[in-house]
Order: sequence, then structure tokens, then C-alpha cells
Amino acid sequence: MAKRRAKFTFPTDLITEPVIFDLGHKFQVVTNIRRADVREDVGWVILELEGEEEEIERGLDWVTSMGVRIDPVSGDVIES
Amino acid sequence: MSYVKGLFCKECGREYPAEPLNVCDFCFGPLEVTYDYDAISSVVSRERIENGPRSMWRYHDFLPAEAENAIDINAGYTPLIKANNLARSLGLDELYLKNDAVNPSFSFKDRVVAVASTKAREFGFDTLACASTGNLAGSVAAHAARAGMRAFVFIPADLERGKILGAAVYGPTLVAVDGSYDDVNRLCSELSDSYNWAFVNINMRPYYAEGSKSLGFEVAEQLGWRAPDNCIVPGASGSLFTKIWKGLNEFSSAGLIGDVNTRMFICQAEGCAPIVTAHKAGDFAIRPVKPNTIAKSLAIGNPADGYFALRVLEATGGSGCAVPEEEVAEGIKDLAEMEGIFTEPAGGVVVASLKRLARSGQIKPWETTVAFITGNGYKTQEVVEDTVRPVLIKPTFAAFEEALSVRP
Repeated sequence: MAKRRAKFTFPTDLITEPVIFDLGHKFQVVTNIRRADVREDVGWVILELEGEEEEIERGLDWVTSMGVRIDPVSGDVIES
Repeated sequence: MSYVKGLFCKECGREYPAEPLNVCDFCFGPLEVTYDYDAISSVVSRERIENGPRSMWRYHDFLPAEAENAIDINAGYTPLIKANNLARSLGLDELYLKNDAVNPSFSFKDRVVAVASTKAREFGFDTLACASTGNLAGSVAAHAARAGMRAFVFIPADLERGKILGAAVYGPTLVAVDGSYDDVNRLCSELSDSYNWAFVNINMRPYYAEGSKSLGFEVAEQLGWRAPDNCIVPGASGSLFTKIWKGLNEFSSAGLIGDVNTRMFICQAEGCAPIVTAHKAGDFAIRPVKPNTIAKSLAIGNPADGYFALRVLEATGGSGCAVPEEEVAEGIKDLAEMEGIFTEPAGGVVVASLKRLARSGQIKPWETTVAFITGNGYKTQEVVEDTVRPVLIKPTFAAFEEALSVRP
């Protein structure tokens, strides 16, 4: 089993959607929220995903396709 | 000796030993170095610093690595220049430029990589790594060469060759990743979990970031042991900005300078200004953006220290300034023509911001203002190449006089 840490940033139109719940149901991925800040117009959630590597990848691709931005929890690591 | 006590989580406060860690296991918050400040205060003095090496290692008491074994390419102790011409054009009395473009690999990154690489060797790593599109790559490769360590530098495959020459010359393994910037970000985050390498700004990040404090230390010392009234700082991840302020406050707490009443101003280009945008909205939630700016060295859409930079803005009464893209090259030209310093676009952003802050009265003429120039213009000549217009003449005396009318 693999583990992956990620930060999801939700646009306004997805704030009320149960994206993380759906991620856990559509894919064999366990979601574990560690920190979050969700407001009326924007929200972010930092979480850990556990599952088979390929299943995590498929799940993250689906989350991205929904319009959620996914970043490493430590921010951008590519610098000039 | 180093006075490091350990690491602590900036979000939940949990403590960790001083190891190659950057994220809290509990809340995934960022980790920061803690020190035994009582011990530092008992040994440090102005004289001790003044008798130290003419490099950033003169401040080793406040850095998280052992100076005796430093990987030293002579980073830091760069000039603080009184910018009379630029000051006059803006109606300011006391303006200084901290010219960090003259570091050994031509950017302030030498300060952070000096600490990260030294600490990496202390931890027993034999390999330095980073993901970079320019300055960081050069600095990591140079420090690895100096130390006899291996270096892996990850770059987007479509990066222009000219951008990587400054790193390639030092002989690192360059890995061109066929993907977007986001893909490179994600890949390197994953690799840092799996390989026993020192990724300077991932698993070494708490130590790496501390190197930027030396900019604050140097400015205070070079001003005659005092903090400036205003610091004008380029903003990418937000780390440099927060660490300059931290450096000033550490000097004050140790009794080396008086109270710090410095206002901190962060500068970004409009094409990538997530920190300034949040500040203007009175918000502490950073909304990540897709960078679209000529200031490539500031093109971080998801800034790791954005939240903490916003806290510094609030604490110091400073503000953010986002300048239009077309003002960036103008800022570069102004600095070159008025002060003889050729900076990269990040410096153009700083000068353009300085002009706006002075003209709007946010910084006052009688205040001591320091603008931070963090990278060298010779790396990004394409940004101003359209402004180069030589006068073309035939090789005759008459042609010269006719074209230029220089004779009185």
C-alpha cells in the first residue's frame, strides 16, 4: 500500500460538493484529512491518501477532472 | 558550534529532533528550526561578528549548521549601496540597494544552499538535489561541486538551453522531465520521499530557509547596527521575505540592534501575485494561481510560505505591491541606468514596486529604505534585449560626427 500527501484547493462552485467522500467511494483509496480551511468562496484541504499506487493516481486524476487543484503539501518545490 | 535545539511545527507547535524533515507528521504543517537563544545571546557580540569571515558565515551563531565544516563558495557579505540617483528620482533621502546579484552563482540562493548543503553533509548525505528553472540549479550544482557531492537537478524538458547553462557547467546530472511545472513539482515531492538524497528545498527546507536570515543580519550590520524603516523584498515562496524579518528580530533579541520597527513590503508581478492578492483582499487564504509572468524567478503559484508572509505584512504594517508586467523591464532599465546594477526581472519588480510605493507616499522621504536585488541580469538578458539599439555608422570620422553630433 502506498501513501500520498496532497493539498486540494476547491473553487467556489465545488465548495458544497462532497468530492472527498466521492473519492473514497469511487476508488479504493482511504482519505485522512489533517488540516483544512473551507470558506464560502474558496477552500483547501490537506490530506493523506492510502491505497494502491495506481488507484491513488486514478483517484487524483478524477479529482483534477472535477476542477480541484492538487498541489504538494509543502507548496511548489520548483524554484528559479 | 551550532545552537540548534530542534524543529517545531509552525501550525500545531509539535516538536521534532533536528533531522532531515520538513513536514509535521501530525498536521502536515511546515517545520522550522528552533535555537537556544539564551546560549546565543551569551556568546554573540558585534565584535565577534565583525571579526568573523567576510561571508554569511560571520553570522554562524544564528545559523543551523556548523561553520567549521561549511561548504563555502563565499556566499554573502554582498554590498549595501546608497542609491543616490534612484533616490533623487523618487524624492527619497535615504535609499539603499542590497545587491545580492553579486553572490558567487549570481543570486541570493547561494545563502540558502550554503546552509542546506552544509547541513546535508552533516546528516551524512552524499547527494544534493533540487527542482529548478535557473538560480537554484546553479547554486546547488556549484555547492555540490565544491563539496565533491553528487548533484541531481530536475528541470522541465521545454526549458530554454540558456537557462540551464549556468548550472550545467558545474557538472550535475540534469534530468529533463517531459511534463508541466506541476508535474515536476509532484515528481520531486515523490522522489524526496523515496530517495536518500538531500533535496535542498524539500527535506532540507527548514535549514535551507534559515540561510535567508543572513540578508537581514547583513543589512543591519551594514547600516551601522540598526534596522531599516522599510524593506522592499521580492516575493516568490514568501520564505525570503519572512526570514529577512526574522533575522532583524533575532539581532534585536540578542541585543545587537535596538527595537525593530521595520515595515516589510513584498513585491510581485501581476502575472503571479497570489500573496499580494490575498493581502489586498484582507484574507489569509492563499489562492494558488497559474503563473504567467516574465519574472520567472518569482513564478511560484502555490507559495509554501504565503500564509506566513501575510502574517509578517500584518505584524509590520507593511503592504504588498503587484506591478504590471510592462513595468518589470522598465525597472531593470532604471536600475541599470541610474545605479549601474544589472538585475534579473525579480529586481525589476522590486524597483517598479519601489517607484509605486514612493509615489503613493507609502514610504516617506526621510525614512531609511532598503530594496533587495536578489539576482543577476546577465542570466535573463532576453527580457531587455529589445532595448538595445546601437548607433550604426560607416567606419569614417565624418560618419561618426554626423550620427552622434558629439562635437560641441
